[in-house]
Amino acid sequence: MATQSPVNAILDETTSSSTHPSALQILHDWLTTADHKKIGLMYIGYALLFLVVGGFQAILMRIQLAIPNNHFVSPQAFNQLFTMHGTTMVFFVGMPVLFGFGNYLIPLMIGARDMAFPRLNAFSFWIAAFGGFLLYFSYLGAPGLSGAGSAPDVGWWAYAPLTARAFSPGHSTDYWTLAILISGIGSIGTAINIVATILCMRCPGMKLSRMPLLVWIYLVMAMMVFVTISPLTAAQIMLLLDRYLGSHFFDTQAGGSAVLWMHFFWVFGHPEVYVLILPTFAFANEIIPVFSRKAVFGYPAMVAATVAIGFISLSVWAHHMFTVGMGPGANTFFVLATMTISVPTGIKIFNWLATIWGGKIHFTSSMKFAIGFLFQFLVAGLTGIMLGSAPFDWQLSNSYFVVAHFHYVLVGAILFMLFSAFYYWYPKMTGRMLSEKLGTWHFWLFVIGFHLTFDLMHIPGILGMPRRIYTYEADRGWMMWNLLISCGAVIQTVATLIFVYNLIWSYFKGPVAGADPWDAWTLEWSTTSPPPSYNFAVIPGVSSRRPLWDLKHPEDPDSNYE
Amino acid sequence: MSEAVLIPHNSTEEWKLPSRGIVGMACLILAEAAIFIIFIVAYIFYIGKSLTGPTPHDVLSLPIFATVCLLSSSLTVHFAVNAVHVGKRTLSSLWLAATVLLGGIFLTTTALEWYHLIYRDGLTIRTNLFGTTFYSLVGLHATHVIVGLILLAFALLFSLRGDLTPKHSERLEVLSLYWHFVDAVWVVVFLVVYVLGR
Ligand SMILES: [Cu+2]
Repeated sequence: MATQSPVNAILDETTSSSTHPSALQILHDWLTTADHKKIGLMYIGYALLFLVVGGFQAILMRIQLAIPNNHFVSPQAFNQLFTMHGTTMVFFVGMPVLFGFGNYLIPLMIGARDMAFPRLNAFSFWIAAFGGFLLYFSYLGAPGLSGAGSAPDVGWWAYAPLTARAFSPGHSTDYWTLAILISGIGSIGTAINIVATILCMRCPGMKLSRMPLLVWIYLVMAMMVFVTISPLTAAQIMLLLDRYLGSHFFDTQAGGSAVLWMHFFWVFGHPEVYVLILPTFAFANEIIPVFSRKAVFGYPAMVAATVAIGFISLSVWAHHMFTVGMGPGANTFFVLATMTISVPTGIKIFNWLATIWGGKIHFTSSMKFAIGFLFQFLVAGLTGIMLGSAPFDWQLSNSYFVVAHFHYVLVGAILFMLFSAFYYWYPKMTGRMLSEKLGTWHFWLFVIGFHLTFDLMHIPGILGMPRRIYTYEADRGWMMWNLLISCGAVIQTVATLIFVYNLIWSYFKGPVAGADPWDAWTLEWSTTSPPPSYNFAVIPGVSSRRPLWDLKHPEDPDSNYE
Repeated sequence: MSEAVLIPHNSTEEWKLPSRGIVGMACLILAEAAIFIIFIVAYIFYIGKSLTGPTPHDVLSLPIFATVCLLSSSLTVHFAVNAVHVGKRTLSSLWLAATVLLGGIFLTTTALEWYHLIYRDGLTIRTNLFGTTFYSLVGLHATHVIVGLILLAFALLFSLRGDLTPKHSERLEVLSLYWHFVDAVWVVVFLVVYVLGR
């Protein structure tokens, strides 16, 4: 699909400078940049780096669990692996990659030249990056340095009283706390930037009701960050006070409550899932219409459903705590609240299906991953309903069924849609198309590996295999399932390596993309690929939700229907 | 390769957007409010759950004077913003100085209260749950007062040097929003710690 825009193209003359900058200059340029596109790309690159690290940890765990009575890694190392894997994937892959896409796309989509606070943007990135560095610095050093040479091993939710000084000596837990506290500051900074950019930097005519759905959803996501990350920050401050000043917030010996930590953690933890998945809904809302060649179905319903999800997700946290014994009143409330959230998510799924329905579907790699997302998100939602009902959860809480469920969300939905977003926006970011051939291999291998791993993972959970277990006896009947799960993990690794290879190869050898390779409708496709540092030579003006449609079809513009 | 379509900009309709400084500060306040809520929830949850003394009833007294000072500093900073807005430099310096002074008095009373609690009543953050939640909540608020005072002191400095012109009034307004928030939080802390908790 080549560009068929009927309007005259303008040439951008400022980018063609003849002198080649030295490597040092380029490095200086990136380290000191306040350009939202460069910061966005740094966020994405940083997240990809940690994705590889977290994936490597997953592979080590799968080797350990592939056969019974295995001693591939030590029990201590295994505890560190699942803690670091979870912490890395949530805080140093999920958050930065989504902030990266948001940073890159939001100003382009609303016709702005940068974020509202470019320097705050750079600060937020670097402090978040420092958080990741601090977390992994825990692996370095020696036990002689007050136990500094040990990575955190308290699990990614770090339940009290395991984190107390008495049970977690040395500094491993401090690394965990500080890394999350610091990266949380970065998240708040970026979220402030996103809200201020969306509300205050829109180009003329870009009313709230005309914003691309991606921008709308990022607005809701950023608002959620304020009320999601902040409780975690507060809880981490309390934990630090407990560990360093001897206060008693989570110290049961002095009357403190370990359950309070659970509440504080999950007040963060559940909405965090939605903070992570809302941006992937945002991607779906841009990508599915373009490859179905139809305008998105039910724009107002999508916005309303997003806002509803934002609110409802704040009141469901204790469905992670049914086994604590909260009493029938609280259990019932949190079951019902959890069920309620399937209404707005159901609305979204039906809207996407209605968008595809009757459309002229282009099965690009991007669209394939989007369809995988739709299907797998539905399945993840269904097991979510199962776990959301308290009696069922009493049976399966803390089993591999739970692990399978949330990996279905995080990999099957979020990662699939992220891959889709990479195939869709890579041409804009680099000026080159990703190879469709490699993309097809990536997609099919990943689908096979994903389903082999995570479909089957439900079964040992039902058979009673607890999560975070180091090894198991041969007579439990879990071996065949675990072996197959581990095989699936290997296939996913191969697929991911193909993807990484594609990213690198296409950067140099991929077909040149042009400004608008997908014949799309939002403003980011109206500028060059990659865009110049000022984004738009002239600030655009819009009069409908699909400004490029209006340009390409002046005989039948969208603005006639608003 | 570097083709780009140009979307015309029709400047007929008026296009007004909110100020990014105020939006950004509102977001920061939302995030900070969430942090305070967690500390307040912890405070309320642990009221009366300390295993040993001293209890709030034994040692706390109502900080009426400090509260009056802090709340009136909200008024003075508001007057300072108005003065900067209309370009009255002396007046703005005066109101800013009053704000810093009132905030300083508040901090001093807190410091004195803590001094008495620690050395007279033997209450520290390690003593019991009351000490844990009291020092962390009041301390968190005091930290915000200190940050606000530092920023206000800079504003006062700029004002005295004559650098605070009407075009800076929006920046001072953003700062005053923060200060109003710090004061509003104190009302909640006061009610929870000194009224409900005693
Ligand atoms: Cu949840």
